[in-house]
Amino acid sequence: MSAELMIRAAGPAMSLQDMGRQGYLVFGLTRGGAADRRALYEGAALLGQPPDCAAIEMVGMGGTFEATADTVIALTGARMTATRDGAPLVWNASHALPAGAMLVIGGAQAGTYGYLHVAGGFDAPLQMGARASHLNAGIGGLLQAGDALPLCPGQTARSGYFLTPEDRLQGGTVRVVTSFQSHHFSEETRVRFAETGFRRDPRGNRQGVRMEADGDGFFAEGGLSIVSEVITTGDIQVTGDGAPYVLMCESQTTGGYPRIGTVIPSDLPRVAQAAAGTALRFEFIDHDEAIAIETRARADIKALASRIQPLIRDPYDIADLLRYQLVGGVISATADPFET
Amino acid sequence: MTDFPRISTVGLSGIIVSFADEMSEPANRAALAFRAAVNDEGWPEVSETMMSLVSVFLSVDLVTTPPETIEDRVLALLGRQDWQAAPLPPGRTLWHVPTVYGTDLAPQLEEAAEVAGLDPDVAIRQLSSARVRVLTLGFAPGQPYLGELPEVWNIPRQQGLTKSVPSGALVAAIRQLIIFTAPTPTGWRHVGQTAFRNFRPDAPHPFALAPGDELTFPAIERSAYDRLTAMDTTGDGGADKEAIA
Repeated sequence: MSAELMIRAAGPAMSLQDMGRQGYLVFGLTRGGAADRRALYEGAALLGQPPDCAAIEMVGMGGTFEATADTVIALTGARMTATRDGAPLVWNASHALPAGAMLVIGGAQAGTYGYLHVAGGFDAPLQMGARASHLNAGIGGLLQAGDALPLCPGQTARSGYFLTPEDRLQGGTVRVVTSFQSHHFSEETRVRFAETGFRRDPRGNRQGVRMEADGDGFFAEGGLSIVSEVITTGDIQVTGDGAPYVLMCESQTTGGYPRIGTVIPSDLPRVAQAAAGTALRFEFIDHDEAIAIETRARADIKALASRIQPLIRDPYDIADLLRYQLVGGVISATADPFET
Repeated sequence: MTDFPRISTVGLSGIIVSFADEMSEPANRAALAFRAAVNDEGWPEVSETMMSLVSVFLSVDLVTTPPETIEDRVLALLGRQDWQAAPLPPGRTLWHVPTVYGTDLAPQLEEAAEVAGLDPDVAIRQLSSARVRVLTLGFAPGQPYLGELPEVWNIPRQQGLTKSVPSGALVAAIRQLIIFTAPTPTGWRHVGQTAFRNFRPDAPHPFALAPGDELTFPAIERSAYDRLTAMDTTGDGGADKEAIA
C-alpha cells in the first residue's frame, strides 16, 4: 500500500490546490488553483521540487494530520499555529514528519490562506490536467476528516530549512492597472477610489473579495447595463451597491458589471491573504511600471531556492537529519520554476 | 462614438477585440468567426482564446510581450474580411435535446408565454421548433447562452429570483435560452426541463458544447423524460447530435 497523509481532523475549508487549469476559459471555467500562488512557489522552493506539486490549502484554520510513512512537509502562506507531537513548528519552513507523528495546524495568526506541502506533492489523480479542486465549478471538493491523500512514493526532501516570505499578510497598498472598462468610471470616481481606505469585508472567498469603505459607492457612468465581457483574475468589479469586489481565481469567466481596474498579479496574494477587517488601499500605476514590477517579482520567485536558510536550533530536525539523507531533494538555484 | 471592431488591452492578461457594445447576431457571428481565425493563425504568444457575446479575448502575457506586436497582427487579420458577414466556422455540432415543457418540472412555461403574449401551445410549438446557436459559454462551466429566439421572446427577466432551478433546466429571457449547468437562483423563467448535462468533469470531454454549436429542443412527454433520466449514463439526456456540414 502506498504511503498516505491521513486527515484526522479537518478545518472548515481545506482543499487540494496547485497552479490550476488553463485553456478552459472559452468553456466557462476559470483557472482556479491556489488563492496565494506565491505560497506554492515558496513551498516548492523549501522542498526543492517543481511548483506544480499539489498542496493542501487551509482557509483560516488547519487540521490534524498523520503520515503512514516518513516524509517531509513545508508550511507556507497564512501563518498558523503548528505542532508536531506537541512541539511547536516554525512556519515558512520544512520539517520532518515521521510516520505516526501527529501534525496539528491550528488557526491563522496572520493572513487567510495557509498551505501544507509534502515532499513530492500529493499523488491525487489529475482531473482536466490538474489536481486542484475548483469548488465553484464542482471539481473535487473540500477535504474531510477521514480522507487519506496518497503521497508520491520514494520522494524525500531536506527538512529543517527556512525561507523569509515576502510580507503580504497584513493588507496595505495594492497596485492596480486600468483595464478596458475603466473608462466607464469618471476620472473623479477613479481618483476617489484611489484615495479611499478600504477594509476587507468578511464576504470573501475563492471567487471574490468584497471591499467595504465609509462614504459613497463607486458607480459607473451610464449605469450597469454593459454587455457581458471576459473577466481576468484581479479585476475589480463594482456591483449594484457600489462596493468593489476583487475577483479571484474561481470567479466566473465573464461578467456584466463594470470593472474599474485590475490588481497586478504579484499583489493578488496581498488581497487574498488580507483577513476580514484588514485595511487595504488601491494605487493606480501605469502599464510600464506594472511590467517592471511583475518582471522583478518573477525574478524574485526564481531566486527563492537560493534564499533558503537552515533553521537554527531545532533539535528535533537535527536529530532527524542524522536519520534522513542530507543531500536528497537537491535544490537548484538556476532551475526555472516557470518551466513546467 | 466608438468604432468597431475595437482593440483594447485587458490588464496585463491580454487583448480584447470587441465587435459591438451590445448583443447582436452579426457581432456574435463576427466574434465566432474571428476567434476561429485567430486559433488558425497559431500565434505562439497567444496561450488561449475565448469569446463572450460580442468579443474575442486573446490571452497574452503582456509582461513579456509588448501589446503592439499582437495588435498589429490582429489589425491585419481584422482587415482581411468583413467579419460580421463571415461564414460560421466549420467543425460545429447540431444537437437535438429532448425537453419537457411546462408541468411541475418546468413550472414557468405558462407565465413566460403570457409575458410573450402567446398561447402556451403556441409557445411550446415555437420553442420546440426553434434552432438556436451557442452564443457563448459562461456563468458556470459549459453553460450555454443560446440565441436568438424570434422577437416575440424578447421578454424581460422576472423582478424577483426563482430560488433555484435544477441542472438541465431550460430557461428563457431577452430572446435567449440557457441550459443550466448546476442548481442556481435565476431571474430567467423556467420553461422546459432537459436531462442534458453541460459539464461532465469526469468524462474525457468534460464540456458538451462549444461556441457556435446549434441546438433544438424537441418536446417530449413526462413519461419519456422519466425513462431517459433513469437510463442515461452519458449526460446527453437522450440528445441526438450531428455534424453541421
